[in-house]
Amino acid sequence: MKTFILRRILIAIPVILLVTMIMYLIINLAPGDPVDMMIGQQGLSPQEVELIRADLGLNKPIYVRYVKWLGQLLHGNMGFSYLDHQPVIDRIAERLAPTFSLMIFVIVVSYALAVPIGVISAVRQYSWVDYLATAVAFFGISFPNFFAGLVGIYVFSLKLNLLPTGGLSTIGEAFSLGDRFYHLLLPGLVLAVREVGVLVRYTRSSMLDVIRQDYVRTARASGLAETSVILKHALRNALLPLITMLGLAIPRLFAGVVIIEQIFQWPGMGRLAIEAILGRDYPVLMGLTLCTALMVLFGNLLADVLYGVADPRIRLAGKH
Amino acid sequence: MNVALTDSQTSLAPRRSFAGMAWRRFLRHKLAVIGAVTISLIVLMALFAPLIAPYDPNHVDIMLAREGPSPDHLFGLDVVGRDILSRMIYGTRVSLSVGLVAVSIYVVIGLILGAMAGYFGGWVDMIISRLVDAVLSFPVLMLILVIVGALGPSIFNIMLVLGLLGWPEVARIVRGQTLAVREELYVTASEAAGAGAKRIIIKDILPNIMSPIIVNATFGVARAILMEAGLSFLGMGVQPPTASWGNMLTDAQSLSTLESMPWMWVPPGMMIFIATVAINFVGDGLRDALDPKMN
Amino acid sequence: MTRENEKNDPLLVIRGLTTVFKTDLGFVRAVDGLDLKAYRGETLGVVGESGCGKSTVGMSIMGLIPNPPGKIAGGEIVFEGTDLTRLSNKEMRRVRGNKISMIFQEPMTSLNPVLKVGDLMSEVISLHQNISRGEAREKSVEALRMVGIPSPAIRVNDYPHEMSGGMRQRVMIALAISCNPSLLIADEPTTALDVTIQAQILRLLNQIKEMTGTAIILVTHDLGVIAENTQQVAVMYAGKMVEYAETGSLFDEPLHPYTNGLLLAVPRLGSKEREKRRLNVIPGAVPNLLNLPVGCRFAERCEDVMEKCRAAEPDLVDLGGNHLVRCWKYGR
Repeated sequence: MKTFILRRILIAIPVILLVTMIMYLIINLAPGDPVDMMIGQQGLSPQEVELIRADLGLNKPIYVRYVKWLGQLLHGNMGFSYLDHQPVIDRIAERLAPTFSLMIFVIVVSYALAVPIGVISAVRQYSWVDYLATAVAFFGISFPNFFAGLVGIYVFSLKLNLLPTGGLSTIGEAFSLGDRFYHLLLPGLVLAVREVGVLVRYTRSSMLDVIRQDYVRTARASGLAETSVILKHALRNALLPLITMLGLAIPRLFAGVVIIEQIFQWPGMGRLAIEAILGRDYPVLMGLTLCTALMVLFGNLLADVLYGVADPRIRLAGKH
Repeated sequence: MNVALTDSQTSLAPRRSFAGMAWRRFLRHKLAVIGAVTISLIVLMALFAPLIAPYDPNHVDIMLAREGPSPDHLFGLDVVGRDILSRMIYGTRVSLSVGLVAVSIYVVIGLILGAMAGYFGGWVDMIISRLVDAVLSFPVLMLILVIVGALGPSIFNIMLVLGLLGWPEVARIVRGQTLAVREELYVTASEAAGAGAKRIIIKDILPNIMSPIIVNATFGVARAILMEAGLSFLGMGVQPPTASWGNMLTDAQSLSTLESMPWMWVPPGMMIFIATVAINFVGDGLRDALDPKMN
Repeated sequence: MTRENEKNDPLLVIRGLTTVFKTDLGFVRAVDGLDLKAYRGETLGVVGESGCGKSTVGMSIMGLIPNPPGKIAGGEIVFEGTDLTRLSNKEMRRVRGNKISMIFQEPMTSLNPVLKVGDLMSEVISLHQNISRGEAREKSVEALRMVGIPSPAIRVNDYPHEMSGGMRQRVMIALAISCNPSLLIADEPTTALDVTIQAQILRLLNQIKEMTGTAIILVTHDLGVIAENTQQVAVMYAGKMVEYAETGSLFDEPLHPYTNGLLLAVPRLGSKEREKRRLNVIPGAVPNLLNLPVGCRFAERCEDVMEKCRAAEPDLVDLGGNHLVRCWKYGR
């Protein structure tokens, strides 16, 4: 197992290099740079512009800048934001908790809802639960998440006044977990809509495959109660592919998170990305690129490791 | 030991062609049929937009800006004074073209790379497979946002990016099937007969991979439509005045617009949903129709 | 082998069993009016080609016909005095794996990959015998030992994928006999195995039968297996039983033209003339179960077909000496 993880990490390194290199290239292909933005705001003279450029190191060739960035990175320094001159690491770090709390909420809620629905719809094919599950699944994967966000705000905040329209917490009030949860609810549920749709289909199809297997027939032929057959003998096998989905959940949710954070003014990494793009804040963008690439790679690794642990066929490979 | 030999063949129904049976299976999925009809209507809307739309989608009538639905303007007008219904009709062109072009690009790339990897094997396969892993490891939305942010938002950039990032799945399918088919006797026979590599790929391998690719492409169109809508919504996709269902919702980010002028954002949002769900129904129906193993 | 059947009561009596399946194109009678008997300590063979309904018989006895699309539409299955078709699913569960067990064709896929072999067996044993898991565990080891698995105390903690096909089939048998069933249904237990392993498994089944007096119903398409392991044989064709006899009688004197055809189709080693003879093939195809002919189902392919064969279906006739046949050649 350890060699497996080590090998994956080693393979990941060139991939990360490649990803960051390409991103760096693209970012710098953009016409204009942050200095241009500053000119517009402050009306500087050409010499002042050149000084600022030199100061930021923007006058050096691109590969030099990339290597410099890489070097700094290995020292744990992601550079400083062009917009507010704060360390990139700090800017990202302060956004991690909101984004992850949102993602974890979504993962928990969506699995808790989707797995039972998927299982029941597979076991009772063509029943009303099955049709409901299919409807939920299609709805979830087809409904645009930003539209869902808008509808959610319209119905639950503006019309029913049940939930806040956005933000992390109520302004002016002291910190409380309840308040935080209250603000998490709507954006989280909106994001969960699609995830539930995806998971229900997955669970249902996995379960349908499993209940057709010979070993389920063996369990029934041995006189075991149907509950045990389904929940113990079938479900444990059906859940295996879902474990892979779990590991990949965080990278999968990221795209939705970006949009939802924007709508709900949620101060997370997604919103930071948009701010950085609009403001041409290269250091922050590179930092975020690195983080998201790491998220994807880590998610893949986690999925493989979890699967290896859960499936005895893989866990014990090489035992005898 | 010994088995009794008989001429046994249980024929339950007269043999039909594969396409015929697939078509019958497809028709049995009511949802898929509804989806197909819906998409056809949308396609017609796109093709005949100038004839169907009551107004020019970019025509501004400042006096009537923000007005709600009326007999003249069935869905009302947007903040600048453009007719929403007309914009919705023209929006079909944007969504469909993005979907079709992006998917076409990535299917072609995926076909070529996947077939090469599967047929030639060796280090060609290794390079392409590493490339697949690398592209799949990309935080896709980040890349799209960065590209769009760097090169400017436009419909072509979106098509390009979606096309360049969507090929790994198709390549995997093609590679897998190519590898499997390569083992088949008839490919070996073709090689023995001296047919070139290209010919083998086209004649022997392609027909077998069409089914999963068609299904994948269908779902891909739906995903592309959602992506474009989301990006346009954020202002990173199709820019006004060109009408895209996504950018018609941008104004709704303001709470006052959201609350008091629902006719501006609900219809385009529903259009995105209807188009996407219809395509997904069709994709599901196709998958069941083309896949011999019934789910 | 003494024939004590006339003195023993049969353990299992099937009368007029009809099992149907609903398909897109209509109803199919996989088993049509079947009569069968099984005796303690004896093996009944059920032979026929694919699609003749022989597997459905086993599933019907166990009450494992999936509903939908199938169901037992008529007849009775009387086991130790009780009609199994009248039992509720809950009552049937007490029979399955306990009084009647079944083993299947594919050992490679019949064991749950995420469960240790011992865990599976203990669960079943403790369910039926109402003992603690610890005691059930010991019994599992015992059962593994009985089927000839070496180091059973270690193997009991293995996962199925750590075992070969032959071993897995032994585990299946161990699971099946763990609660001392009076009847064991073996549905093509050796078809998926190597020839040498086949012999071992069949020998094992016979040993168990001798040790415990379990009745066995052995379903197969392989006449060789029938010849060496059964005491009675039932030949099935298109859902109906066409001949039934003591095994020796069937091979000495096959009455039904289908049985005859099957026997002639078996390649035989031995005298030169026999080897030179071309393998016999029964011409034609199995009838479409959705569109059965009016008369005898075998009429189309029968060498000895007569006018009346196409007109009406023959009934089962008892010709004495425990030999029954369904054919117009032999009267009514």
